[in-house]
Amino acid sequence: MIDRLRETFRLWCAPRRLRAEGSTPDYRFSLANERTFLAWIRTALALVAGGIAVDQFLTGLSWGMRTTIAVAVLASAAMCAFRAVNHWLGCERAMRRGEDLPVSRFPVLLATATALAALLVLAAVALGAGR
Amino acid sequence: MSTAGEGAGGTGRGGVQGTRTGDPGAQPERTRFAWRRTTLTFAVAVALGVRAALYGGDGTSAPEAAAASAGVLAWVCFLVLAHRRITAMREDRPAGMDPVAVWAAALCTLAMATAGVILLW
Repeated sequence: MIDRLRETFRLWCAPRRLRAEGSTPDYRFSLANERTFLAWIRTALALVAGGIAVDQFLTGLSWGMRTTIAVAVLASAAMCAFRAVNHWLGCERAMRRGEDLPVSRFPVLLATATALAALLVLAAVALGAGR
Repeated sequence: MSTAGEGAGGTGRGGVQGTRTGDPGAQPERTRFAWRRTTLTFAVAVALGVRAALYGGDGTSAPEAAAASAGVLAWVCFLVLAHRRITAMREDRPAGMDPVAVWAAALCTLAMATAGVILLW
């Protein structure tokens, strides 16, 4: 576990070391991995836009309520951007070594958080709470 | 990840060299469009940020102006990265992305998220 963490950390600091591992995978797999990375980046950017929009357009809510929701959404955007790089590195390394692709709980976490945030905003707007 | 085309092209690994038709999945095209979509999404986020700086709260303060400019700058950096990658997609079998470029793209996104936090005040 510690070894694996240390290895991942080294890869984060010097990502070009990746090229020393295993063999170059089929270019189509690398491009698919690149598109997955871009999809995560888009998710992050959509969350950034959402965070700014909450502050701009939910003017019926109190300042504290609005800012809390916006900061939470923007923080999850930053997490998505990190996760995008992490997942790209993990997949690229697994493909180079011929291992299984990494799986994680992050998508479930993000989906749950998004659903909760949507319900919270819906409740705040419908009930007029936090004015 | 499709392995179709392995047999179809006859030469394995993406079909006949020098022809785009050798790639049944049109992978470089799809990747090119993915970069375009992402740049467009970034532009939307930047536009919202600039709007927040101009019309949000009470006038445009110095930190707000700086955050909005940083957002625009991050978008320009991302645009350059995307353009370089799109140029690389002209090749028949584009090389994988440089890990440093991956980091740079993510950092642009992080910069935009940080600018968004500053724009809330």
